Amino acid sequence: MNSIILRTASNYLLPMLILFSVFVLLRGHYEPGGGFVGGLVAAIAFVLHSFAHGLKETRRFLRIHPGVFIPIGLLLSLISAVLPMIGGQSLMTGLWFNEPVPVIGLIGSALFFEIGVYFVVFGVTLTMLFTITESV
Amino acid sequence: MTDPYIILPVLLHLLTAILLIFCWKKVRAQKIISVAGNLVIVLLAFGLWMKVWNLGILTMQGGGWEAPFGITFVADTLSATLMLLTAIAGLAVAIYSCAGITKNRIQYGYFPIVHFLLMGLNGAFLAGDIFNLYVWFEVIIISSFVLMTLGGRKPQLEGAINYVTMNLLASVIFLTAIGILYGLTGSLNMADLSIKIANIENRELVHVTAILFFVGFGIKSAVFPLYFWLPSSYNTPPSAIAAIFGGLLTKVGIYALIRVFTLIYIPDSFLKGVFLFVAGATLVTGAIGALGKTDIRRLLSYLIICHIGYMLAGLALYTEQAMTGALFYLFHDIVIKTNLFLIAGLIYKIAGTYKMSELGGIYRRYPKLSLVMAAVFFSLVGIPPLSGFWPKLYLISESLNSGSYILLASILIASFITMYVIAKLWAEVFWKEPMVVTDLKAAGFDALSNFKKQLLVIPVIALTALTLYMGFGAQHIAVLAERISTELFHHQPYIDAVFEPKN
Repeated sequence: MNSIILRTASNYLLPMLILFSVFVLLRGHYEPGGGFVGGLVAAIAFVLHSFAHGLKETRRFLRIHPGVFIPIGLLLSLISAVLPMIGGQSLMTGLWFNEPVPVIGLIGSALFFEIGVYFVVFGVTLTMLFTITESV
Repeated sequence: MTDPYIILPVLLHLLTAILLIFCWKKVRAQKIISVAGNLVIVLLAFGLWMKVWNLGILTMQGGGWEAPFGITFVADTLSATLMLLTAIAGLAVAIYSCAGITKNRIQYGYFPIVHFLLMGLNGAFLAGDIFNLYVWFEVIIISSFVLMTLGGRKPQLEGAINYVTMNLLASVIFLTAIGILYGLTGSLNMADLSIKIANIENRELVHVTAILFFVGFGIKSAVFPLYFWLPSSYNTPPSAIAAIFGGLLTKVGIYALIRVFTLIYIPDSFLKGVFLFVAGATLVTGAIGALGKTDIRRLLSYLIICHIGYMLAGLALYTEQAMTGALFYLFHDIVIKTNLFLIAGLIYKIAGTYKMSELGGIYRRYPKLSLVMAAVFFSLVGIPPLSGFWPKLYLISESLNSGSYILLASILIASFITMYVIAKLWAEVFWKEPMVVTDLKAAGFDALSNFKKQLLVIPVIALTALTLYMGFGAQHIAVLAERISTELFHHQPYIDAVFEPKN
């Protein structure tokens, strides 16, 4: 799509959308949101970029293949789930820091699980969409 | 007893799969990681089995939430044994795949998906929560669908469409049953359901959910009359994949049936009648289906269906002795069906075809290998004292005791037809005059390096050895099956283990 409005807008929207996706990810513990939605929003940021600038440009901008995010995210989720087992507790037991971190709030193993989901969804969505776009 | 580590085999499969995805295009690294991962899992599963054997039922509450509310994982003797057999079959298939799966398939994610499939199987065996069981079934379906279509040839897609349509239908029925059950009892924990279902006044609705579960699991384990998806889909993928499917996929349906109809529901006479009819019909129709087949893998697919009938017969008779027979058959079947499909793949590598009319002379060319295969065929047929014989003995004597003569006749008919079909296969494939090699490209067994030949042959020999052990060491397996059968019929310890107060 060759539209100057879209191209200009997408340049500003990309960082905004990514920031919003992180916000959605962080608020997901007690309120609507979470890793899945956050990952989708982040993926959409790049899809919009590819609409405006073409797929080649987006791939160059992203530098690494989006598929790489899949195992990284899975590994992060797995580690956060397994971590309580080292202390003899059940799988996926929530471990929390005592002191809240500014802006984010309390940090626990659930957050890292969500970040893992975020990465997986981001990687899967972009891989699928890029592959489909290329094969059309 | 609480033990957070029973889930480890599931997690290790996931970890192996993740490592494999990191090595997406590196074929050699993938082979090494997969075999190493499976090896560790076999050891772990054996450790778990020993622990369960010595200490009794082990449980784990996901996230530390207590039983009726959290997700429970339970390892009783049945689960632990099935996990051990799954791990062994997985290792055999992984070793075989190193030489039996093309580079192209490996680069498109064959090994990670296999590990996701095995993870799903292990999870299903451990699940102590009926909805969690459903989730593991979905993991299994999705991974098996990908495995089935990997390569993307037209017959593969046709088979896969059949497969996924029927299995999704089964999942819908299963999920409906779970929904109604939850509406009735307000619980999804199987141990909790076991207590609550007995006090429900609306017995008709309880029976309806029981039938729904039976239909859902029945489709998944390919019983009469909804088995047609199995022969059309199992003969299209490469043999290593077909081996996992044939050995393990239908068995997880049988596992779920056994679990649900001993723990949650106690079948009444009507339901037992339905089981009896379906078991008999599966035995007879599956056997008749195998009769006219000329393609080895199609024949084996019908034999899978036919032999599912034995396990269902054990459930239908609903006595401890019969269940012992069914469980013995289940263990025997997992090993032997995996092995049979690996053997079919080996024959394909040697001769380049699955058509029995074009095959022949394998005994003359590979006498030692043929003897190994003969041992497997004899065990399948159930020549005493090999492993197929003992479970049938249990089933036959129990059906005599309970006066189910029609089932008895079906069991005998199925056994004789199996014998006839296997004898025909042996005569055609091994004894007939040598064939003309039709497809030189596929028939590359002689051209393979010695190491690759060993990779293909060793899993077959190892599984054959296990089968022979099950035959000659039948008393060990019988003791195991009897213990499991007792656990299934007296499920109070299972319930106590799940609701054990936290220490």
